Amino acid sequence: MKGFRVGPVSGPLRWRPFTVVVVGLGLVVLAGAVSVARGDFPIPLGQVFDVLLGGGQRGQRFIVLDLRLPRALTGVLVGAALGVAGAVFQSIARNPLAGPDVLGVTWGAGAGAVTVITFAGSLGVVGGTTAAVGVPLAALGGGLVAGLLVYGLAWRRGIEGFRLVLVGVGITAVTGNFTHYLLTVGDVTDAARVMVWITGSLNGRGWEHVVPVGLALAVLIPAALVGTRLLGALQFDDDTVRGLGVRLNGARTVMLLLAVVLAAVATASAGPVAFVALASPQIALRLAGTATPPLLGSAVVGGLLVVVSDLVARLAFGGFELPVGVVTAVLGAPYLMYLLVRSRREARV
Amino acid sequence: MALRSTRLALLVGLLGLVALASVAIGAKDIPLADVWHALTAPTGLENDLVVRELRVPRTVLGIAVGVALGVGGALMQGHTRNPLADPGILGVTQGAAFAVVLSIFTLGVSSLYGYVWFAFAGALMASVVVFLLGSGRNGPTPVTLALAGAAVSALMHGLVSALVLLDRQSLDAFRFWQVGAIAGRDLDLLWQVLPFLVLGLVLAGVNASGLNALALGDDVARSLGQRVAVTRVVGVVATTLLVGGAVAVCGPIGFLGLVVPHAARALTGPDHRWLLPFAGVIGAIVLLVADVVGRVVTRPGELEVGVVLALVGAPFFIALVRRRKLVRL
Repeated sequence: MKGFRVGPVSGPLRWRPFTVVVVGLGLVVLAGAVSVARGDFPIPLGQVFDVLLGGGQRGQRFIVLDLRLPRALTGVLVGAALGVAGAVFQSIARNPLAGPDVLGVTWGAGAGAVTVITFAGSLGVVGGTTAAVGVPLAALGGGLVAGLLVYGLAWRRGIEGFRLVLVGVGITAVTGNFTHYLLTVGDVTDAARVMVWITGSLNGRGWEHVVPVGLALAVLIPAALVGTRLLGALQFDDDTVRGLGVRLNGARTVMLLLAVVLAAVATASAGPVAFVALASPQIALRLAGTATPPLLGSAVVGGLLVVVSDLVARLAFGGFELPVGVVTAVLGAPYLMYLLVRSRREARV
Repeated sequence: MALRSTRLALLVGLLGLVALASVAIGAKDIPLADVWHALTAPTGLENDLVVRELRVPRTVLGIAVGVALGVGGALMQGHTRNPLADPGILGVTQGAAFAVVLSIFTLGVSSLYGYVWFAFAGALMASVVVFLLGSGRNGPTPVTLALAGAAVSALMHGLVSALVLLDRQSLDAFRFWQVGAIAGRDLDLLWQVLPFLVLGLVLAGVNASGLNALALGDDVARSLGQRVAVTRVVGVVATTLLVGGAVAVCGPIGFLGLVVPHAARALTGPDHRWLLPFAGVIGAIVLLVADVVGRVVTRPGELEVGVVLALVGAPFFIALVRRRKLVRL
């Protein structure tokens, strides 16, 4: 193991996590390019890279840059945001089963968005500005409210992992029920739109979806990286953490807030894409061979997961495109079950 | 003993009052005299029809489903020795939901009579899977069971969304079932499910004393002469019949099975021979009250009973979780 020092910043440099990030980034670019290349009007991979580097014909430029690239980019960024959020949640709860799905953030965001789609939809104003601005904003608000609610309700002279998870299960149940109620209010067209949204979809995503997630990631990933040391400390038991001189509850609150914002922003862009936040930190942890989920590794794995799942969802079912969330849920839920069985064998939760 | 009997009698009386309220209160204002008239000597007036065709079936159905879910919840909490057990939280309702959607989608089952069987199968499958996933060497803990339920629910929900999105007709039928309501079901449906509910209740009654022994732990129960495996199987079958039947008719009604057994335990203590009947009566009362509240708050519209119960039940669940030590059963 070597170290690095750039001005006042120094830290350990481990090769394996580093390699995971680099190789992962390469795979993300490749998968993204394939995702851009495939479609009703296929474009050879070579020409895709050509266009991305500034060449290509006008028609190809339009298809690639205006239609398909935003979708692929949204997928990558949403996956990355969810991966980081999951890594932070899991480090804090000291539990591989924690994540924005279990902690109510994504369902809260879903309830917010569905409210707007249903009520604005019946007034005939979803579409245009309401859809572009109102739905993501409502999702962001809903996610934040649900996240803070879970955190506040689980607070009892500090936070404990199991209580956080159980309160999250409760809040998830309410928001889920509320969403199901809203499904019955509108007509069936609205209901179909809602159903697609709460499943998590990258369909028809444009640059306006890329920018918010991109900005959030640009700000919050460095912030999270600064907090890595805190996360490292938080894996020990509470007394040890205090002994290390970390202000326990302050550190937890800041990191949790950060993760909630990331998850809510991601959900606002693509809907609640299930299980990415749960699975990617654990995959990254195994690939990188570290003790806690690595943040950058989780981000890369998350991005890769979403883009590949989206490819599967688009191509595997003939002419019909399923929302990406269906694929991640059907792949991810068995993984959560596997985690449960395994953690039970190790006699710890 | 005498105290418990009095309390049970009082509760049954209360249930009678609530049932009367459920018949009398609704979107249409009907004076009490007319309600009485409709019940005793109907002459085919509009009010008579509203009471006899809409409100009475709804109330009867509410009582049956409330009893089933209350007793089912108590059985679940007793068998898992888990204060947070609830058909919704343990994924049983989502399992039933998936089976129902699958039947609508692949076999074109469109009547509620057809759903019932699939709902049973789905509920049974999900409850067995969740219980197996959530219990380890030291038996199931509240957290692992809740998480196993969340995992199974998520999987089922993903599959359901896929099916529903592929077929708009399934979506239209499914969304109204999914929210959980006792309105708009006719009595024929209840007659179809009633045998299963009754069988479930009988099995639950047989199961009660065995559950008391199981509460002491499997080893002690065995030394007391209980056949633990048999007791468990009877319990699972009874739970599935009660919960699956209720879910098939009314859709997933959440939190009733969670809240009611706790209320019953507060009134009668942990003896399952008393706990189960108390839970049944309280379940019916709570369901009917929630239904009446749902009719009143958004007049002339209605809030489905599933929504009302979630709004009431979730805070209760969170309060339970916040107790310093989870209640141990």
